[in-house]
Amino acid sequence: MKKYASRIYMCIIFGVLYIPILTVILFSFNAGESTAEFEGFSFYWYGELFRSPDAWVALRNTLILAVSSSLLATVIGTAAAEGIYKMRSRLIKTAVNSVTNIPMMNPDIVTGMSMMLFFAALVGILGIADYNDIGFLAMLISHTTFCLPYVILSVLPGINELGDTLSEAALDLGCTPVKAFFKVKLPNILPGVISGMVMAFTLSLDDFVISYFVGPSNFQTLPLLIYSMTKKTVKPDMYALSTIVIVAVFTLLIISNMRSAKKTATPKRKGARAK
Amino acid sequence: MKKKNSIMRSIAAAPHIFWAVLFIVLPLIIVVYYAFTDESGAFALENIASLPKYAPIFGLSIELSVIATAICLLIGYPLAYVISKAKPEHQKILVMLLMLPMWTNLLIRTYSIMAILDNGGIVSTLFFDKSLRLIGTKGIVIFGMVYDFLPYMVLPIYTCISKIDKRMWEAAADLGCNTFMTLWKVILPLSRSGIISGVTMVLVPSISTFYISQKLGGGTFELIGDTIERQFISGTLNTGAAISFVMMLLILLSLTVMNKFADPDDGGIIV
Repeated sequence: MKKYASRIYMCIIFGVLYIPILTVILFSFNAGESTAEFEGFSFYWYGELFRSPDAWVALRNTLILAVSSSLLATVIGTAAAEGIYKMRSRLIKTAVNSVTNIPMMNPDIVTGMSMMLFFAALVGILGIADYNDIGFLAMLISHTTFCLPYVILSVLPGINELGDTLSEAALDLGCTPVKAFFKVKLPNILPGVISGMVMAFTLSLDDFVISYFVGPSNFQTLPLLIYSMTKKTVKPDMYALSTIVIVAVFTLLIISNMRSAKKTATPKRKGARAK
Repeated sequence: MKKKNSIMRSIAAAPHIFWAVLFIVLPLIIVVYYAFTDESGAFALENIASLPKYAPIFGLSIELSVIATAICLLIGYPLAYVISKAKPEHQKILVMLLMLPMWTNLLIRTYSIMAILDNGGIVSTLFFDKSLRLIGTKGIVIFGMVYDFLPYMVLPIYTCISKIDKRMWEAAADLGCNTFMTLWKVILPLSRSGIISGVTMVLVPSISTFYISQKLGGGTFELIGDTIERQFISGTLNTGAAISFVMMLLILLSLTVMNKFADPDDGGIIV
């Protein structure tokens, strides 16, 4: 009896969670123009989307940004995790951790606003004529900044678990500290590094609010394109675009989950807050 | 010599510290600077002084997001519990099912709710009444928040419950607790840090949202996120900065208060 009650409960909640998403996917295949009446199955809107230059440019921009910001965040974040691990002073450690976590705790809209003001001030100080000139750089810096805490949080547990013995052995055998890190430590903490990078990539891909505030007019990403499409009357091409984004993110999620299948409860997104 | 050595040990963190100061701390200082200056850059208190005007909007945002968070907790806790009681191989799938919507872009999820409930939408088509419009009420905005952020509540609570030693259940049963009493007296207190991080993760995005209220509010709702966005659009950045500043203080304050309730041994929320 109890078992059935809990099953029904799960079905209802998952049902409600999935109905809107499934609706989007279903209507992306609509033959008609409506997003409410299904008039037959067709790939027409996918074709429309593929012919639209805006969508391709946005896709290209999103991928360039997600790849570069997640790589940058992974390099800086992994080094930071190693450095934080080695810090002796508890006070400095706490201070660094607190500052690192600010973008995670702050609402996106405040982070976006602060970044926007920062770059506006920078443009003024450096005397740059057109914000678009540093637009990509601004996006790259913003995305890297909000990805960093997630990379650090996903790398740190591995470093803590590994401890110092292996690195010390390598140092005793004549490795330089840098060589010891790359030869001994990095291979051992690689799963955490990779899951941090995948998370950073997905976060960058998914971000709307911060990009909305920082984004220059000449650099549109997919979430920004979706936003501008929902400002007008929406045709199923927006649904087709959404479906592609959904499928891409799901694939990434499944890959990263298969990787971390052995470990339990890898921190995901803001879930990283709960240790 | 020793001191230098200790700095050298953690030199790897240097790029990050440099980055964090330049791109996290400095932008926040600029927000404060903008909040306390006028458009010419001279010191001014008028932005801060104009804030009481926005008090009703702050009030509405707090009201809606607190209600949404409470509903998420009421729905989410039992869900997290039920998932943690499922077979281990099922648990993995259920957690995945929960994560998929969470990773779907918020714009898509919110827009699709609107497309279902708006006039000319799916529900109104099904009922052959094209003018039927279910959006534009407080209830729907709250529903949107609950729908969008429920997984953020469930996952940390689930993680917390599934880490609780199974022997706790047996011990409670041996000492005469029934299932309900075990839940109330043992499991609920032990999952406190999960609840606190869940509450944070739902409250922060709900209180600052602007897309949900824009789409599901039917143009009649203004939450604090909408106000900030409007200042950004209209270029009144000083006022926007002042509101952002107050919102940040509000959130940091409530996080600090909530952290007091977190179990320090359990990690809780890392601030």
